[in-house]
Amino acid sequence: MTRGAMNRREALKLGMAAAAGTVSAPFVSRAGLAAEPIKLGSLLDGSGALGLEGKRMIETTEYAVELLNKAGGLLGRPIQLIAYDTQSTMQLYTQYAQQLALKDKVDVIQGGITSASREAIRPIFGRSKTLYFYNTQYEGGVCDRNVFCTGSTPAQTVNHIVDYGLKNWGKKAYIVAADYNYGHITASWMTKFMKDGGGSVAGTDFFPLDVTNFSSAISRIQQAQPTLVLSALVGANHSGFYRQWDAAGMKAKIPLASSVFGLGDELTTMDPSTTDGIVTCYGWYNDLDTPASKAFVSGMQAKFGADVTDLSELDTATYEGIMFWAEAVKKAGSVERDKVIAALEGGISIESPTGTVTMDGATHHTIRNTYLARPKNRKWEILATFPNSFPADTGGACDLLKNPRMNKQFTPDLKG
Amino acid sequence: MDLAGLLAFNVLTGIATLVLITLGLGVIYGMMRIINLAHGEFMMLGAYTAVMASGAGVNIWIAMLVLPPLVVGVIGLVLERTVIRFLYGRMMDTMLATWGVSLGLIGLVTTLYGNVVRGVSTPVGSFDIGRYGASLYSLVIMATALGALAAMFGLLRFTKFGLILRATMQNPRMAAALGVQPNRIYMATFALGAALAGLAGGILAPISGVSPAMGAAYVARAFITVLGGGPAIITGTGLASGLFGTINELVSFKTTPVIGDVALLAAAILLIRLLPQGITGRYLRRSL
Repeated sequence: MTRGAMNRREALKLGMAAAAGTVSAPFVSRAGLAAEPIKLGSLLDGSGALGLEGKRMIETTEYAVELLNKAGGLLGRPIQLIAYDTQSTMQLYTQYAQQLALKDKVDVIQGGITSASREAIRPIFGRSKTLYFYNTQYEGGVCDRNVFCTGSTPAQTVNHIVDYGLKNWGKKAYIVAADYNYGHITASWMTKFMKDGGGSVAGTDFFPLDVTNFSSAISRIQQAQPTLVLSALVGANHSGFYRQWDAAGMKAKIPLASSVFGLGDELTTMDPSTTDGIVTCYGWYNDLDTPASKAFVSGMQAKFGADVTDLSELDTATYEGIMFWAEAVKKAGSVERDKVIAALEGGISIESPTGTVTMDGATHHTIRNTYLARPKNRKWEILATFPNSFPADTGGACDLLKNPRMNKQFTPDLKG
Repeated sequence: MDLAGLLAFNVLTGIATLVLITLGLGVIYGMMRIINLAHGEFMMLGAYTAVMASGAGVNIWIAMLVLPPLVVGVIGLVLERTVIRFLYGRMMDTMLATWGVSLGLIGLVTTLYGNVVRGVSTPVGSFDIGRYGASLYSLVIMATALGALAAMFGLLRFTKFGLILRATMQNPRMAAALGVQPNRIYMATFALGAALAGLAGGILAPISGVSPAMGAAYVARAFITVLGGGPAIITGTGLASGLFGTINELVSFKTTPVIGDVALLAAAILLIRLLPQGITGRYLRRSL
């Protein structure tokens, strides 16, 4: 076909299309008004390296939206879930984030698993002014008016792990962590808490997510002779560390504590001899013996089958993110971003599987219960409860009520 | 002294692991000039076979050492008959086809078993080198690697099948003129390579996280080792594994696994620059 001026047939086609569009436009928008759903966007990894964690979070999202819709929706409108599987690929995160914000024009976005993915999509939602909930336990410190974080942070969890280690195991730690922002910042927190508690860190090693052979790391740890090992290793390949650690007979010699172990299905797929005794601290455990906790587990099992035995804080945080948003929408009487943020900053509390959770307006993080536990024969044995932990990671520097324009991530200061 | 012992032990384990993950690829590439991009997935299938079999109550040693090579060998056979045999002599096409097979296998296993990490526990315990602990299972890996190398050597050097195999690889037309069916030999070679990859997967299952995408973590190192080794499959794999395994383990110990991998790659680039045909392209050319 020749390029250049439009021929008559093409011009006619275009004109027809334009006319059809103009005529039908009012119908489209009018049909939408009748019971226009509120759109909730979800970005989670249902497959790929993080599919293990993501699958349950996606199910939780569906469960929470279903609960809200069964209760009549919000403001008399149903909630429509628009979910994309980001397939553990950073590129898809940014692509789908733009799609959700600009094309689907959702009212709120819930999602992101790794900190890397959060940092990839956070600026996109900042620009498009789309409210964003990040529902994962993470390294803490995000201070952004547009973002609410419902997961626990190191000041609520890692400090308890380190305290336990210092009291029961000794004062010399070795840190192994995943080589991306989560691992690095968490390792800094571990170092800070160790030093604050009068301990020392014999060494810190970072591993990219595709490392499978940990023999050299295990030798290095043995050479350093620490009294405890702190792990912030993430993902399927890194699970090999625990197996190789056990296989080298190290479990009996040096105790392990971790900031991420058990958030996936480690307890059901690994041998108890490998998992037993690894101390962790999270905002919720599926073996927590409270009515709210049991109701959540049985509700999920009723919807997704009895094999849902590997729920973790990632799932309750997802539940909390959606419920916080729902409460705020009810309180604000609107889904408009600024009104919802104002409602959330006004101090909202919800009842969640972990107990009462309160949104801290100044930091946009949650004041929540956390628990110290270790696996015992595929169950979590709760060792201690820390009620109403405050998200102190920003060291009082983050106050979004006073400085709503602040937008940064605070990391621990190791010099002080 | 204890530390030196532990390090030497780790270096040997690293070499043995490299030998295991490389041998299957080396057989297929070295003999047939097919770049099998599904090699990692063959390993993954082997690992899944081991996990499933031991979960079903099969003796752990049989589940690890016997079933994976059999199952993956058969899968390799089927793939050769249905896909690969139409593409002999077309390197780019085989790469594309095996890549497709690799993606298909990942998808299939994800659909069947879900995207979860599985594992079996190691069947043997640990022992002490001085004041350091080490895994007895590493000895199993070493023994298997040695056994696989020896068996391959024996097969190629001392059996009639090995002789025919080598003849076909050297000059398929001449072999055909002498009454050999090259197609049959290619089929057997591909199945053998797949079986070796399956064995590697089975033996590594207890110390790694078994998931549909696990192959990707191994396949790059296997390719580098094959290229570094050169045309003689067994000697080449052994020497290149020895070189790269030592460098990787020692540098990883002194610095971090990242620098260890960088050192491995740097060594490989240097080696290929100096010996473009791999180690056995220049030295020990007459070896197997």
